[in-house]
Amino acid sequence: MSRTVLTRGTVVIDVDACKGCDLCIPACPPAVLVMTTTDVNHNGFRYPRLLPGCTGCRACLDVCPDFCFEVHKYDEPIEEVVDALVEGRERA
Amino acid sequence: MTDHPGTHLVAPLKPELFLTTEHHLCPGCGEPVATRIVTEVLCELAQQRSAVCVLGIGCYTAFARMLDIDTVQALHGRAPSVATGVKRMLPDVSVFTLQGDGDMVNEGLQEVLHTAARGENVTAILLNNGVFGETGGHMTATSVIGQRTKTSLDGRDAEYHGHPIRIADLVARLDGAGYVARGSVHSAGAVAKTKKMIRAAFECQVERRGFSLVEVLTMCPTGWFVPTADGPDYMEQTLGQIHVMGELKVARAGR
Amino acid sequence: MSERRLMEGSEALAEACIAAGCRFFAGYPMTPFTELLEHMARRLPDEGGVCVNAESEIEAVGMAWGALATGVRAATGSTGQGLSLMQESLAEITLARLPLVVFNMARGGSDYFQATRGGGHGDYRHIVLAPMDINEGVALTQLAFHLADKWRNPVLVYGDYLLSHTYEAVDVSPLDFGDDLPAKDWAVDGRRDPRAKLVTMLGFSKHGEESPGMAQGMERHFQAAVEHTAAMERGEPARVDVGFCDDADIVVVAFGTLAKFVRYVVRQLRADGHRVGYVRPITLWPFPSEALAAATKGARTVAVLENSGGQMIDDVRLAVLGRAPVEFIGGISTDSSGFGVGDLLDTEVVRARIEAVLASVVASEGAPA
Repeated sequence: MSRTVLTRGTVVIDVDACKGCDLCIPACPPAVLVMTTTDVNHNGFRYPRLLPGCTGCRACLDVCPDFCFEVHKYDEPIEEVVDALVEGRERA
Repeated sequence: MTDHPGTHLVAPLKPELFLTTEHHLCPGCGEPVATRIVTEVLCELAQQRSAVCVLGIGCYTAFARMLDIDTVQALHGRAPSVATGVKRMLPDVSVFTLQGDGDMVNEGLQEVLHTAARGENVTAILLNNGVFGETGGHMTATSVIGQRTKTSLDGRDAEYHGHPIRIADLVARLDGAGYVARGSVHSAGAVAKTKKMIRAAFECQVERRGFSLVEVLTMCPTGWFVPTADGPDYMEQTLGQIHVMGELKVARAGR
Repeated sequence: MSERRLMEGSEALAEACIAAGCRFFAGYPMTPFTELLEHMARRLPDEGGVCVNAESEIEAVGMAWGALATGVRAATGSTGQGLSLMQESLAEITLARLPLVVFNMARGGSDYFQATRGGGHGDYRHIVLAPMDINEGVALTQLAFHLADKWRNPVLVYGDYLLSHTYEAVDVSPLDFGDDLPAKDWAVDGRRDPRAKLVTMLGFSKHGEESPGMAQGMERHFQAAVEHTAAMERGEPARVDVGFCDDADIVVVAFGTLAKFVRYVVRQLRADGHRVGYVRPITLWPFPSEALAAATKGARTVAVLENSGGQMIDDVRLAVLGRAPVEFIGGISTDSSGFGVGDLLDTEVVRARIEAVLASVVASEGAPA
């Protein structure tokens, strides 16, 4: 099973700057950020990963205490296909 | 994906007025968030080369090394008088203080009230997390009734510990204050609203309408004994109930 | 100002500040400092400066701190009690290497320790200048601003009620001290020119530059401050006024306005054939220990006259180092308000105190002094 999402932007995540505070997760309006569960950065913190569907709204950057995000917007949205099983695993 | 044709940068990793973004403040701390907003406003108002920051003493003192802004370090509570001296000698420069609640409302209560009453055209930014963060999470004059801190382990008790001071409300009553508001950084929406307040505060300074104060509620999960992810909710349910968000004073020109 | 005119001491000191280029002053009214604040409030705006009647002494020194950080010459002051309030700031402004000039219009000589020992916490010293009269006060005030800039260290001018309220004819022309002063490239102006600056007492820097004390943290930072004090002590000559000591049996040591009475009385006693001399420290810090030791080399007694319970006497004892007995002939002397001039500031009283020492030397050693 799969669905199509429109991705309007993207973020570059400075993984090693992250302190695993989780604040970006609820801040993201399309809910396309997920924290890793077992993967940790060089300082031992879990960090966020981006799923398809980012709108480039910069809410994550706005709430992040550690300057982990760089935000980009696409002039034209991109259609991305999301596999439900893969998404389910990502969001678990 | 970033070199996909037709991409534009919305916001960079390192904000313009930061020399470095690396710091040792706790996970989930609201202070860097508030400070970033201030620097964004200075850039939007084209004051990057016309700004002096007077820093108080607290966790945020670490920003002295990080900010790409001419900075004067003050003693605990004393930033308003130092800012006064700077502004009187540099009247066309945007002078702002960056202080915590322990700094401004405990040690420096007299300083902020007098500077506001005098109508000094400086902007005070209060990072209010309801605790003395740097010393380990002790009660301040803004800690709310029931709040558990290292010096009020059973929760602040009105009879024993007294009541919190709503500093923005106090300052708003002074004739010398031109703009007073209270915001927070516990959500993206709050950040956006607070940024508007900070902009209005600096505009008040530029237009010489008197003293401006923006009190920004910031999360301190360490001082609040909560997990980082719970910081925003804790703020809304405790500090935010007493220190209420909104604009408290907007003086017109020619006051 | 280039003409001589009659003015009260406070006004003369204010004019001296202005002649030295002081453009910011803040203070809180307190006797006998109040008139200095009044004169600065009246005169500074005419000179393009700012004078703020601060709401507290702590805020006054804070405002001066901010003004100094922008590179202007700035001053504050009070009397001893007010300076007590300012001590945290006075200690830390020294660590921040800011050239503050601070006036103690004292209520007597009992603020000597506060002035010379670094009245606040930590290891630091201020250069301390003690004028004996208004003319010297005018010169030393201007010197204070010069030395503060030369060493990037606060300088304290020790005045008092008598100095503040006496009238003398004074010429307050700007003085040239000759030295080239270093440029204030550390000062902030908001422009980050060429890059952002940080004026701090905490030893931080913005750009990772190595500066004395930065490399290994707070210990090095504080140690560097101690080294700076030592460099000042070595490099800034102590100033002293010595008279009639070559063959003196008794040497009287005094500072400030009281010392002017001592000088007068010593001259009188010399005219009457007594072998008396005086030493008048002008810099209370650096204390003129070498000059005092040399001047008292042959003395049978060193008598210290202070308007206090005895504070400078500690420095006299250290300088004399047991070569002669050091005797205290001063004491607390004030008026009914506690602010002003008591019986001790009187040539006849001073003469009686010194004559008592002369008599006791004769009695103990059998030869006339």
